[in-house]
Amino acid sequence: MIKKEMIAMLLAGGQGSRLGVLTSNVAKPAVAFGGKYRIIDFPLSNCINSGVDTVGVLTQYRHLRLNSHIGIGIPWDLDRNHGGVTLLPPYEKSESSDWYTGTANAIYQNMEYIEKYNPEYVLILGGDHIYKMDYEVMLDYHKAKGADVTIACMPVPWAEASRFGVVIADDNGNIKDFEEKPPKPSSNLASMGIYIFNWPILREALIALKNQPGCDFGMHVIPYVHNNTHNCYAYEFNGYWKDVGTLGSYWQANMELIDIIPEFNLYEEFWKIYTNNDMIKPQYFGEKAVVDRCIIGEGAEIYGEVKNSVIGAGVIIEEGAVVRDSIVMQGAVIGAGTTVDKGIIAESVQVGRDCRLGVGEFAPNVYNPKVYAFDLVTIAENSVIPDHVQIGKNTAIVGKTVPEDYPDGLLASGQVIIKAGEI
Amino acid sequence: MRAIGIVLAGGNSSRMGILANKRAVAAMPIAGSYRSIDFALSNMSNSHVQKVAVCTQFNARSLNQHLNSSKWWDFGRKQGGLFVLTPTMTTENNSWYRGTADAMYQNIDFLRESHEPYVIITSGDCVYKTDFNKMLEYHINQKADITVGYTKLAAGQDDPTRFGVMQMDTDGRVLSFEEKPVVTDNMTVSTGIYIIRRRLLIGLLEKANAEQRYDFVKDILVRYRETKKIYGYEMPGYWNNIATVDSYYRTNMDFLKKDVRDYFFGGYASIYSKVEDQPPAKFNPGASVRNSLVASGCIINGKVENSVLFRKVYVGNNCVIRNSIILNDVYIGDNTTIENCIVESRGTIRANETYRGEDGKVRIVVEENERYII
Repeated sequence: MIKKEMIAMLLAGGQGSRLGVLTSNVAKPAVAFGGKYRIIDFPLSNCINSGVDTVGVLTQYRHLRLNSHIGIGIPWDLDRNHGGVTLLPPYEKSESSDWYTGTANAIYQNMEYIEKYNPEYVLILGGDHIYKMDYEVMLDYHKAKGADVTIACMPVPWAEASRFGVVIADDNGNIKDFEEKPPKPSSNLASMGIYIFNWPILREALIALKNQPGCDFGMHVIPYVHNNTHNCYAYEFNGYWKDVGTLGSYWQANMELIDIIPEFNLYEEFWKIYTNNDMIKPQYFGEKAVVDRCIIGEGAEIYGEVKNSVIGAGVIIEEGAVVRDSIVMQGAVIGAGTTVDKGIIAESVQVGRDCRLGVGEFAPNVYNPKVYAFDLVTIAENSVIPDHVQIGKNTAIVGKTVPEDYPDGLLASGQVIIKAGEI
Repeated sequence: MRAIGIVLAGGNSSRMGILANKRAVAAMPIAGSYRSIDFALSNMSNSHVQKVAVCTQFNARSLNQHLNSSKWWDFGRKQGGLFVLTPTMTTENNSWYRGTADAMYQNIDFLRESHEPYVIITSGDCVYKTDFNKMLEYHINQKADITVGYTKLAAGQDDPTRFGVMQMDTDGRVLSFEEKPVVTDNMTVSTGIYIIRRRLLIGLLEKANAEQRYDFVKDILVRYRETKKIYGYEMPGYWNNIATVDSYYRTNMDFLKKDVRDYFFGGYASIYSKVEDQPPAKFNPGASVRNSLVASGCIINGKVENSVLFRKVYVGNNCVIRNSIILNDVYIGDNTTIENCIVESRGTIRANETYRGEDGKVRIVVEENERYII
């Protein structure tokens, strides 16, 4: 019988609505990051680099891009005879057919998958963080403590602790209590949403909580196990770990890659990050190209100016165009003479000639001020921006726009254009 | 597809100079991210040739490493696949490949055990893009015994005396074929791409071997020119052989031209290569890059002009790289100037040095200094 010591379950079904129009057509784990990667590449690469060769990826929201990206797992060496990567979307059952109603419910519905590998431990991962972590070291800690559950935690500045779920642990790491977004935190150890469970413990909890609506790890399973066994441990992680759940933090994490010696270093020989790259040709720089503090993906063609930016594979920046403090994802085209300041230009966007993106002063967003709370111009994938328009700060655009969508050739700061029904 | 493929990649070229110390010509890096053999293999794959053999012999370690998986060119299939054929000792044979025909003869079982009626033979040291189906169609329509792909060299493109020069009649039948003539003004040269019926090839190879003849061109093409129907087929588009230092340099520099890049990399039928998982190239303050190709994994702090940088090249502060080709994984210390050079892979170039190819000559730089990795 097949036996795997530990298998990973990667939760990749969420929309990530705080990334606004970036996730209008694709799940958050499939959003491009760092010039050639997608967010899910980081946990997947961590798995294979940690020796975890069996990964179930739970998908639900808009999983087409995710499916084609992961395929049978070749780029991560996860194409295995036994184990490897398996995509686990919700499925129809003879009695009750449900979507995944919560993170733990998604695992509950796939217990059959886990049982097939007869694991001792199950690693639960999210698909929305940028980090390098050796899960094997965490497993050693888990075993050494004889824990039922180990939660990876990160010390955060006290001022920010109230944004997280924090755990309160004794000197030995044994968890005494939890606080979810506490106004006055009594600990600064934030849960990273990475758990190692003894499979029998998790199995018992999932079955006991199977009728819990929206069954969630943080809200239901962890408290249930804690109350039953008091044998939960906190594993302190001190490396780079970045949430990319909001437009601001997503932009920030990309920008940190272009520091001269970045805190998160992609150029290390060990612990490589793997991705499915369909582009291998080198990038070309024209006679008038200017590059300063940027990273640029394969096959990009730069004829204009790029400063402080992250440019994806196959991007074309035409002559006279200036891209500053921006993220341009793969396949996008920035027209001649166009200026982009603090933009997030998603995949395959066409920006016309002589446009100016990111002009004027910050204004609160009229559409969704919670999501669009930064001075960024966010343009969803496959959108088209016509020639000669100006676009203000804190704006969002979806769809094939035409000059008539821009009164006086301007989209003022804080405004949004959404042309629904078009892809 | 009704043909199998054979890529002849075993040869050495003394005209590659010290670049041949490290690898066979077919493994020479091209255009930032590729190796020479990727072009032949991608053409095979894109033409739906499913079963391809690569004959290797000379200095094949680098080539074998590149071919360690067939999946990059989509040959990892149940039907067909990629076969690397190196010389082996058997009860009947204890020789190296004594020539191109001998290389195929020693693997005659590969030919016998295939069922496809035709064989496409090509070399691993040419940069081109073609649909072999069109050439095969021509071969069948002409009822040819052997079809030889040819190209007309443009003035200054290359030296015809290092190829086989050919003349055809109006119908395309080869009237004369002269291998590496001492002098010639004929610019129509063989590209080393052949199509031949599999059974005919087996017969010719057996006969050549019995007569102790081992070279495909000399002992088959030239020898049977009059008794067999040998036709010429003009290879469309770009073609270059890279087996001399000058042509290697020129071919790489050709990829700085937009039309050449678009020809090879634009559109559907693309060129594939082994994926190396390098991060995106990084440009720090002080970097300036003009009219150059830069592959992934590079970190640039200095000035790069009219050059091709392969993967994982580090260019230090205040460096000037001009009209040069820097192969994989080269570290260049601060304040160093490199002009008109080819820098051998995995080299470490010290700071404050100057390397310059003088009088229009390309200089090959091989430096094996100690590298301190932070």
